[in-house]
Amino acid sequence: MIVELGHFALILAFAVALLQATLPLYGAARRDARLMALADPAAMMQLVLIAAAFGALTYAFVVSDFSLRLVTLNSHTDKPMLYKVAGVWGNHEGSLLLWVLALALFGACAVWFGGNLPATLKARVLSVQGMIGAAFLAFLLFTSNPFLRLANPPMNGDDLNPLLQDPGLAFHPPFLYLGYVGLSMSFSFAVAALIEGRIDAAWARWVRPWTLAAWIFLTIGIALGSWWAYYELGWGGFWFWDPVENASFMPWLIAAALLHSAIVVEKRESLKAWTILLAIIAFGFSLTGTFIVRSGVITSVHSFANDPERGVFILMILATFMGGALTLFAFRASALEAKGLFSTISRESALLANNVLLAVAAFVVFIGTVWPLVAEMVWNRKLSVGEPFFNAAFPPFMILLALILPIGAMMPWKRAEIGRALRPLRGALAMALALGLLAFALQTGKSALGPVGLALGAWVVFGALTDLWQRAGRGALGEKLARLGRMGRADWGKATAHSGLGVTIFAVAAMHAWAIEDIRVVRVGETFPVGRYEVQLKEVHQEQGPNYSTTMAEMVVSRDGAEVVTLYPEKRVYPVQAMPTTEAAIDYGLTRDLYLVIGDPQEGGGYAVRAYVKPFANWLWGGALMMAIGGLLSLTDRRYRLAAGARRAPAAQAAE
Amino acid sequence: MRALILCLLLAASPALAVQPDEVLPDPALEARARQISHDLRCPVCQGETIDDSNAPISRDLRLLVRERLVAGDSDAEVVDYIVARYGEFVLFNPRASGSGLLLWLAGPAMLLVGGALAFSLTRRKPKLEDDLSEDEQARIAELMKE
Repeated sequence: MIVELGHFALILAFAVALLQATLPLYGAARRDARLMALADPAAMMQLVLIAAAFGALTYAFVVSDFSLRLVTLNSHTDKPMLYKVAGVWGNHEGSLLLWVLALALFGACAVWFGGNLPATLKARVLSVQGMIGAAFLAFLLFTSNPFLRLANPPMNGDDLNPLLQDPGLAFHPPFLYLGYVGLSMSFSFAVAALIEGRIDAAWARWVRPWTLAAWIFLTIGIALGSWWAYYELGWGGFWFWDPVENASFMPWLIAAALLHSAIVVEKRESLKAWTILLAIIAFGFSLTGTFIVRSGVITSVHSFANDPERGVFILMILATFMGGALTLFAFRASALEAKGLFSTISRESALLANNVLLAVAAFVVFIGTVWPLVAEMVWNRKLSVGEPFFNAAFPPFMILLALILPIGAMMPWKRAEIGRALRPLRGALAMALALGLLAFALQTGKSALGPVGLALGAWVVFGALTDLWQRAGRGALGEKLARLGRMGRADWGKATAHSGLGVTIFAVAAMHAWAIEDIRVVRVGETFPVGRYEVQLKEVHQEQGPNYSTTMAEMVVSRDGAEVVTLYPEKRVYPVQAMPTTEAAIDYGLTRDLYLVIGDPQEGGGYAVRAYVKPFANWLWGGALMMAIGGLLSLTDRRYRLAAGARRAPAAQAAE
Repeated sequence: MRALILCLLLAASPALAVQPDEVLPDPALEARARQISHDLRCPVCQGETIDDSNAPISRDLRLLVRERLVAGDSDAEVVDYIVARYGEFVLFNPRASGSGLLLWLAGPAMLLVGGALAFSLTRRKPKLEDDLSEDEQARIAELMKE
């Protein structure tokens, strides 16, 4: 019964979305206040209805209702409760339901926080949200209905894929989806503004928090997924340039560009058309990502052709929204007159350079991701594009970005001099170079990757600190500190997020350059060296988990004779899916992770053992976390909390 | 989301990859073998290198790479040998020749176009009132030279 109610609620939500998509839009065109006012209750109702549907599906998973096809395929009575709940979105249908739930949530947030928006703009924004909602609810109901029943329910389910039974992964999709879907808000604002034909500083101030929120969620979602891959897949890789990873990375890059260009619109009323275009493209990449993941098109053109229904549906959604928005853009963009003028060397230009680099980087990821598809369709060649291509083609743009970031961040608006912006950064530059040289001197081997990564990361981090220190003004130390304390959260957010980028750049380079790997057969009792550590395989025994059996090894790690840590790597078998997983044992540390994996028993006795020393792995997640926190600080800045709607002259605002 | 694909592509392989009995005794040769297998794609799995994959065919390919290296092939010869037998599908690093050149040049070309557009954007504007006209600037440049 509850399941049927959920199903019904979903259908009702679709009907409400259709109303929300049309009536307020019409009302805004006719200046009909009653029709426009419909948008608010419609958006709230959508949230209530979709939440009810989601709750019903969750309930079915929690009580293991195997009369539901989706539960049978993705759950099992022996599964721990967390993964029963996570199983709701651990599959195609459920994850799409989560997608529309996030969409409805953002729509409702626009109602809650949009009290001071002009009535027509708000009605149009909510209408566009309603269109997106209607499209995806139709997709859900007509091609991927999660509420289908089975005529003959089985006694037990097929279980969730064991790799997905992991806390990191339980929370990875919700964050990612909040990010993807959050960009729909930027899109709706862009389209609504194009319909209105007016974009000003106030518009930018409304749209930037949504972009920022989406970007924060994407950052956390991507980091969680990467962290999961690192500890779960068993060889400590953290990024594979897999199409599905790229699908989340492209919107992240564009969102990063967008939230920088929105600053220019907000402060200087310039780059308006470009910002609108970015907002459209950002959501376009969100949809493209959904298409790539949900259609199976990347596997092969042929697997797409075998089951084209879902793929074609998403492709139609993508074509409709992108085609519509870009057409609108083509007609209206020329009307968006720029007010603030700026010279070639200025904060505006620096932010523009940031935008160009991020957009080109996203484009490189995009073309690499779809290239196998293009090659198969155009030249009938089956080829692959993977890590080596991306590792060569992507970083140059990031390196350029990191090089100009500290300089651009310190430039004044309108007109600047590179020399003057560089002067306070001499310390940061010297520090970065010294650290790079030090790393080069200390490391074994002649690889430049590690030292360059360190120098670049340090340049960005010290550059951000210098910027903060400069902002504190002149005077005695106490005064400067007091001013730092009073500084707006946007300034702190900027410094934190930029430092996070620097830390991430360093960690990625360090992990690539300085990781130590050892693969060998080890008998019980034997000791072997890994880097500066000795590892002893003390014993191996069998154990039984709640829904798996495991081979667990006890390995003692010591350094210079002193014990460092005892680790217990496992190799599990989940009988329901007859699938083995490796559970690496990791000793997390500030400067290195010790990463041990136990493999199969060998014919001649002993076990295959893989041991890694991963340098500065925690810095990678730390850097991502700093970026997210920086975004959060910026999001909670005073001007968004108080004056979200106040139309003030941008020139009167203090510099960012 | 990514997990769903990953689970598909890893369905048969809990990432055991290179086994101890495959490792060559000569560390330099082994390092070259690892480097090569990082760029080769497992033909039956999805998106995994033969270095990471646990599929039997990947093991065969890893052994083949090492066999050719021991026989004295250069890195490029080993890759050619594998590509001749398994097709360019196994190359994760698409060759920058012919139509492949388009892929490699797309990024830099885009940067040039984007950079030029951005630059023109900063130039197209009506000049600021306190700016010197181009003629005046040219005049100053001349005076400075003297």
